[in-house]
Amino acid sequence: MVAFDEMRPDGTTVRGPYASYNDWLKAQDAARLAEKASDAEQVFRKTGITFAVYGEAEAAERLIPFDIVPRIISGAEWRRLTQGIEQRVMALNAFLDDIYHRQEILRAGRVPKELIANNEAFQPEMIGVRPPAGVYTHIIGVDIVRTGENEFFVLEDNARTPSGVSYMLENRETMMQLFPELFQSISVRPVENYPQLLRQSLSRVRPEGCRKDTPRVAVLTPGIYNSAYFEHAFLADQMGVELVEGSDLRVVDGRVAMRTTEGYKEIDVLYRRVDDAFLDPMTFRPDSALGVAGIMDVYRAGNITIANAPGTGIADDKAIYSYMPEIIEFYTGRKPLLGNIPTWRCAEKDSLAYVLEHLDELVVKEVHGSGGYGMLVGPAASKREREAFAEKLAARPGNYIAQPTLSLSTCPVLSGAGLAPRHVDLRPFVLVSDKIQIVPGGLTRVALKEGSLVVNSSQGGGTKDTWVLDD
Amino acid sequence: MRLKISHHTEYSYDAPVGYALQRLRLIPKQDTVQTVHGWELSIDGAREEVRFRDQFANETVLISAEGGRHAITVEARGEVETSDAAGVVGEHRGFAPLWLFRRETALTKAGPGVARLVEQMGEASDLERLHALMAAIADTVAYQTGTTDAETPAEEAIKRGTGVCQDHAHIFVSAARRTGFPARYVSGYLHMDGTDQQAASHAWAEVHVDSLGWVGFDPANRVSPDARYVRVATGLDYRDACPVSGIRHGSGEELLAVRVTVEQ
Amino acid sequence: MLLGRTANGLYWMNRYIERAENMARLVDAGLRLSLTRTTTPAEEWASVIVSAGLQADFQTRHDEATVETVSEFLLRDLTNPSSVMASIETARNNGRMVRTALTRETWESLNEAWMAMKRMLARPVDGRELPKVLGAIKRETALIRGAFYGTMLRNEIFDFAQLGTFVERADNTARIIDVKYYVLLPSLSWVGSTLDNYQWESILRSVAAHRSYGWVYEGDYKPTNIADFLILNNRMPRSLAFCYRNIAESLNFLAAEYGPRHGCHDIVETTLGKIKGNTIERIFDIGLHEFLSDFIVENNRLGNEIARDYRFY
Repeated sequence: MVAFDEMRPDGTTVRGPYASYNDWLKAQDAARLAEKASDAEQVFRKTGITFAVYGEAEAAERLIPFDIVPRIISGAEWRRLTQGIEQRVMALNAFLDDIYHRQEILRAGRVPKELIANNEAFQPEMIGVRPPAGVYTHIIGVDIVRTGENEFFVLEDNARTPSGVSYMLENRETMMQLFPELFQSISVRPVENYPQLLRQSLSRVRPEGCRKDTPRVAVLTPGIYNSAYFEHAFLADQMGVELVEGSDLRVVDGRVAMRTTEGYKEIDVLYRRVDDAFLDPMTFRPDSALGVAGIMDVYRAGNITIANAPGTGIADDKAIYSYMPEIIEFYTGRKPLLGNIPTWRCAEKDSLAYVLEHLDELVVKEVHGSGGYGMLVGPAASKREREAFAEKLAARPGNYIAQPTLSLSTCPVLSGAGLAPRHVDLRPFVLVSDKIQIVPGGLTRVALKEGSLVVNSSQGGGTKDTWVLDD
Repeated sequence: MRLKISHHTEYSYDAPVGYALQRLRLIPKQDTVQTVHGWELSIDGAREEVRFRDQFANETVLISAEGGRHAITVEARGEVETSDAAGVVGEHRGFAPLWLFRRETALTKAGPGVARLVEQMGEASDLERLHALMAAIADTVAYQTGTTDAETPAEEAIKRGTGVCQDHAHIFVSAARRTGFPARYVSGYLHMDGTDQQAASHAWAEVHVDSLGWVGFDPANRVSPDARYVRVATGLDYRDACPVSGIRHGSGEELLAVRVTVEQ
Repeated sequence: MLLGRTANGLYWMNRYIERAENMARLVDAGLRLSLTRTTTPAEEWASVIVSAGLQADFQTRHDEATVETVSEFLLRDLTNPSSVMASIETARNNGRMVRTALTRETWESLNEAWMAMKRMLARPVDGRELPKVLGAIKRETALIRGAFYGTMLRNEIFDFAQLGTFVERADNTARIIDVKYYVLLPSLSWVGSTLDNYQWESILRSVAAHRSYGWVYEGDYKPTNIADFLILNNRMPRSLAFCYRNIAESLNFLAAEYGPRHGCHDIVETTLGKIKGNTIERIFDIGLHEFLSDFIVENNRLGNEIARDYRFY
């Protein structure tokens, strides 16, 4: 299987979007590039952009490797992508509204009732809640893969608390520091206004009763030991809002308020980076120390906006994913502009049989898993690994879906031996309020091991700056 | 029947409370079988934070206490006009889907005990089987206070063979779900014949039957609710529907005193 | 507007940066003493531990005070929360927590100090390398201070950080004097023993004052002058007077910004009253030890009161 290389599809000719970059690249000597790559690492380490890896107590903080070769997307390609993403995001929010109200899509039989009824991600506490502007998922990271010149697919919708946007911003910052001359000669669309857009977007979904000119926004983090803490602090800082922890917050005068040096001050919009289960010990896990007791009561009373809303996991669940084409059609009346990857639902008998027979060709994923831990990449796995996985699969088929091993497109990275192609995916970040905004760019994740298709940072993936050209 | 109700709850602490939140579900439902007149909540030692309707359409009030109080008292008072509909509450309303009421919860998890009760339901019409279930539960689990508490799951109460109305309701709900019926827990009041003083608020179960909608069953008293019953809150189990639940920061011991009067 | 937790984080971040530096200075003074004294160095190293106020903890870990055990305990030991490594780690964790309140320069200097110390203190410090390591620790903390003073806006964030620095420093200076108060008693100067020159120099050295003392008092070490210098001299950056002038200034800025004055303002006024306009003779009259013990207690009380008044918890 030969992957589509985004720079040189046939091995020699450079594609249009990479032409100017390639001209510049030809003029560089290898030593300078290597030096720049090590400069980049210094920058990241110094600023403390690190990533805490679970289960590694000693090496608790690790850098996500950064590759200095940008991933370049043409303006035309980007426009196509964003139309598809907007359609998808609209459908996701419509689906959430429906699922927590009349459930028309279940009544219409377009999505099986059991899929929702037996799903942990469905939060009964959200039933009947309609947040401001009807937005449930305000910040979405849509993972997109490419397999050819015109083939883009959505791999996953991250509608809960998608992370990675700080890397998009810091990668750009670093690239501008390292290669200012590139940005002078090539017009790359800016991403650095993301924090301002995020703040505006959050302000637009203030609670109905909030009459302030500038609603008070805060970012809720689980704290400094969370793997994405750097990002939480970064976003709060860049937006110019408070970074709060559960212990700072309390219900006061019917609002959620934060403890300041001058007493309690109410919060209008809470951008929370704490999972549903930990959000409110009075409503969800009683042992949670990361949340705010009573916040769900304040929320149901309409006195605070929680972004993203609780219960949005039902929309990005891997089992729901396979129904996204039906979901998009049901709510938008149109065929999806961006395709899904064909998916076998192992809960279905025929599919399970097929999957078990073709394990060596498929990627099998856990429905509720994330981070690439509970998955099997068939072609890369040993016979014994496949057999072990087949047992797990047969024991709980409803827990798994399977997809063909896509030949993800590749992009060159700077390796020890010069440029070499590596597989990539793309996570653009979408902001939803009474309008949908997508900053031109995103997080390109790259599998740094030769031939590897796993781009997750927890499994040795790296990142690249993503350029959308202004053409 | 017009019932005059007063429900007095008092939490006292032997050390001052640092901070406490209580969620109150003490406002009766306005529905096909009852009409609420002049219902009031008076709260002492705490303040009302918000009022909202929860996912089961229960009128809910969140109150908070801080700053070293030693007691919180909540008094719910008012009158409810009830009617006897032989337990039939009617068609399902609200956004909570019927399938949700088939979800097993920690308190209503079915085990061998529930399975044995289900066996005693026999083969007959839905209503007959449910009445059989009610009788079986009442026969198996004798009413006795002090043997179970708010955390006791249905199976545990069956094993003990004793319990209170809450346990009966949990067992009923569990068994009904096990046989495919949507079922819910109801908390409310009961006017006991011959006395105005009640030990506590009451609890029973409701099951959704295709032909009738929701129908109530009170295994503790072996009857379907009539005009003596007042519905307050519903949910999947006690945790969703209980009159008062909350959290508290502070080290002291908590003492709870409840006084309920239901007068005709 | 500032979160109470952030104010707390800033306060402790700076307390621990200050503590890391103070520990390094204590070890430095001990090292010097052990090199110059003729009698057994073990006594001198033991007195370093006493000055650090960590006697009990030390004894549960080591039998004997030597250059190795003391530098291990005060520099590297993560189970000793006041060791340089533990302090800088705590300072960094607090810094991470209040990251949004810091300038990039301040955060980066703290983060780099942590990285440098982690590298330097990865293995037990070789006695021969000790001066170099101590120098590096002092330099790293100086860089943090430089970035902090050079780039931070003078607002409430700055004030809470300042309070941390000076409450810690005042505590440190007061304890160092108190541990050896007897060598400062006037009676000793009549004896005219030269042995005590070392002790005096050591006290000055542990608060980085052995050079400046000479500039101010132009002459030999005299106990009353040393006590005067470390307690009442307004210009000596580690004196109690200097610390309290800065604490009062920060608290007054906070009162001006927020409006209300709190209990902490009263405490600082009272303590300041005992320093301002006081003379070292009068302090010796009351009893130096009594004065210092009282000061340490009040200084602790001030820290607690600040935490309460500004809702640290």
